[in-house]
Amino acid sequence: MPKLIIDGTEIEVADGITLIQACEQVGVEIPRFCYHERLSIAGNCRMCLVEVAGMPKPIASCALGVNDLRPGPNGEPPEIHTKSETVKKAREGVMEFLLINHPLDCPICDQGGECDLQDQAMAFGVDGSRFKENKRAVEDKNIGPLIKTIMTRCIHCTRCVRFMTEVAGVSELGMTGRGEDVEITTYLEQGMTSELSGNVIDLCPVGALTSKPYAFSARPWELRKTESIDVMDAIGANIRIDSRGREIMRFLPRNHDDVNEEWISDKTRFVWDGLRTQRLDQPYIRVRGKLRPATWDEAFAAIAKNIKRGKGKKLAAIAGDLAGAEEMFALKDLMASLGSPNIDCRQDKAAMSPAKGRGSYLFNSGISALDETDAILLIGCDPRTEAATLNARIRRRWRTGQLKVGLVGQETDLTYDHDYIGASPESLKSLIQGKHGFAKVLKAAKQPMIIVGSGALSRGDGSAVMALAAKLAALTGVVNATWNGFNVLHHAASRVAGLDLGFLPAKNGLNTAGILKAAKAGKLDMVFLLGADELDMARLEDTFIVYQGTHGDAGAHRADVILPGSAYTEKSAIYVNTEGRPQMTERAVFPPGEAREDWAIIRALSARLGKPLEYDSLEQLRSAMFAKHSHLAIIDAITADDTFDLKKLGSGTARIGTQSFGRAVPDFYLSNHVARASATMCELSAMKSGDTSKATGTDG
Amino acid sequence: MSVRRVDPVQPESFKFTAANAKWAKDQIKKYPKGKQASAVIPLLWRAQEQHDGWLPEPAIRAVAEILDMAVIRVLEVATFYTMFNLSPVGKYFVQLCGTTPCWLRGADDLKEVCRQVIGEQNQVTEDGMLSWLEVECLGSCTNAPMVQINKDYYEDLTAQSFEKLLNDLRQGKEVKPGPQNGRQFSCPEGGPTTLLNGSTSSKSKRSTSSKATPKRGGK
Repeated sequence: MPKLIIDGTEIEVADGITLIQACEQVGVEIPRFCYHERLSIAGNCRMCLVEVAGMPKPIASCALGVNDLRPGPNGEPPEIHTKSETVKKAREGVMEFLLINHPLDCPICDQGGECDLQDQAMAFGVDGSRFKENKRAVEDKNIGPLIKTIMTRCIHCTRCVRFMTEVAGVSELGMTGRGEDVEITTYLEQGMTSELSGNVIDLCPVGALTSKPYAFSARPWELRKTESIDVMDAIGANIRIDSRGREIMRFLPRNHDDVNEEWISDKTRFVWDGLRTQRLDQPYIRVRGKLRPATWDEAFAAIAKNIKRGKGKKLAAIAGDLAGAEEMFALKDLMASLGSPNIDCRQDKAAMSPAKGRGSYLFNSGISALDETDAILLIGCDPRTEAATLNARIRRRWRTGQLKVGLVGQETDLTYDHDYIGASPESLKSLIQGKHGFAKVLKAAKQPMIIVGSGALSRGDGSAVMALAAKLAALTGVVNATWNGFNVLHHAASRVAGLDLGFLPAKNGLNTAGILKAAKAGKLDMVFLLGADELDMARLEDTFIVYQGTHGDAGAHRADVILPGSAYTEKSAIYVNTEGRPQMTERAVFPPGEAREDWAIIRALSARLGKPLEYDSLEQLRSAMFAKHSHLAIIDAITADDTFDLKKLGSGTARIGTQSFGRAVPDFYLSNHVARASATMCELSAMKSGDTSKATGTDG
Repeated sequence: MSVRRVDPVQPESFKFTAANAKWAKDQIKKYPKGKQASAVIPLLWRAQEQHDGWLPEPAIRAVAEILDMAVIRVLEVATFYTMFNLSPVGKYFVQLCGTTPCWLRGADDLKEVCRQVIGEQNQVTEDGMLSWLEVECLGSCTNAPMVQINKDYYEDLTAQSFEKLLNDLRQGKEVKPGPQNGRQFSCPEGGPTTLLNGSTSSKSKRSTSSKATPKRGGK
């Protein structure tokens, strides 16, 4: 615990930190470009120079550890000056050199207004330039459909290179050449393929790497910023929605150390064009096989006509992957009042249910516990596509050398080394019998973790797989008094809330598979799809389908009545992430046209069906919901399942199949209806699947 | 020096010869396990030697694969060090020192010879025999001006001797590396200038100076 005197303030700081961090702790802001607290230290921009008493020259504070400072001759703590004349002159000098080759094109630069170089030149630079020679020019690079490059602006901080290599785990960017001819590029200008590549846009302190889809569309000061939550995966990344007028202009990450840190996946960041296209902006009803626009009254009347009194058992509802807790709660109440037991929120038929405790479907350890674990067994789970930011966290832990990872499921490049154990439940059995060496690794680990993915649970023998995993967890000590490493990783944002609310078949009710089967047999009067698109629509046959949702996707194409709802950016709704953390989205823009908030549509429909729900406002709905499910009221806090019992979970006797575990998210870029409506996501998907003509971006 | 890019015209593929592949394996063995990437420079260098003095893009990929490195990391190294030629060079690749000592001793004249005999920098003659490049100090300042052709130094050049040298190389005649003016290595021009007393060269007019230190001769 070395003591320092920073600008006259004495402070005792933790061992191992750097001078720039120590300065931050006393509230002294040090300008920087290359330094980033989540990346390795490069020390090449020289902007963070400070003066240390006794040292002949200014020192780069980002690269000097506090333990390396020497006390004075009489043992007095080292003195650091950050506001002295020397430091001021040093900063001015560095800034002048940085600006020598940096173009003065701020008026046409997309970074303008949120540019570190601009801000710091204002704060620490001088007003003129003494450089009379030609500036250097650098060719722009084409590195894919997401990132626009204007490489003349690059100041070579190498944040992007370090991010791609260290965090994303895909060494795609590099710095070629040397001296004045140094350039940032991908190998021969190949397109970047990482699912986290968009983060380099945020990291770039200048306008060298900017967002291609967002290019020249807005200035930061004209955007309305709304803090919200992402629903592209079940992590619930914290995002900021930047909107102008009625349109979403872009998504940016917000820092949340326990969830996404400050990264978001490309799908989260660039999906916004999908919120503009393929939208359902008015109700439709199917007349003689064709959908035609209708009024809300007509649409409700068409539904009422098909619901016969006293035949609630012939009704069914399935909630999709992006549904908020409020509308699921309302729909559950409506279906109950109509007498229908047939509701399900697991459209992928995953074997998850609250019957064996909330802990049986949560990421119990919490996401931040990945920083402590020393062994992870992934079962039927590809965190890279199902939860990209979580995968980056596993990778960071692996990079410390204290983590071993085993994988049962489809072999894939996870960006870190792992023991590949096998693809089928047989491998689980061999782990339980101790035949495979990874069982020993798990047993020896102090804080082991088992992560069960949807790929392992959304199959016929899902509950048997779960029982096997639980058995293995019990054998290897994954759960003890202080540590619960038995985790389920979801990929659908709505799933945990749906399970929490009990949006599941009531007694003698049908689950998703049962509903599809009954629909095929013509035994149902109506199936209500709440944004459910990931179903085999052909199996619904001639059943009367009501689709409430946002996009003209599979569900809407098959529907007989379409009720236009709101996307996650257009309503305030609660989503519970995979670790059981309720988080609330905020409305950034209004839904298009006639579309309404989802809970309000269900409330209006209930009145039309003569079974009005007991809440007239979102507040009343929420208080009714919180009364039954109190943990949802505590936003951003995890309510752990204290009654979690591994034995109960491992007690199943169901038979287990032998086929390999599948992928829960076969195509990362096209995993839900919003993403499928996004041209950017389609382009990325084509690029990933090998259509490299698009990868270069030369197609337009 | 200018921006270094891989050549637009590239061979289909690159493969180390069996001997070089074995040599590469031995190089990798020099480094601790997991640190095989340290062998990147020797391997690139051997690839360049095998491939007529320049490094094609497939070789960069081949080295990356052998060393289990990201290919961009190898490209970084290949573009950083100017000793890796990313475009074809002549059979005799002339690196002409233009740094101050050589420049003072007439490197400009040699450059002119290059222009006349070979052409502009980085251009290979039509017969593929010669190309040249101005480089920074090669550390042979006592023998300035000098050039390096492939692996050998040719020193104490004049425009005439250099032109003859180039023409001899082109015609396949044998040439002698080292000083081209009859001097031995970097010995003083015209004979020794020190330690002269008692030696055979005491007749030279400089020998007067040796009288000041008679005892150091070791008679």
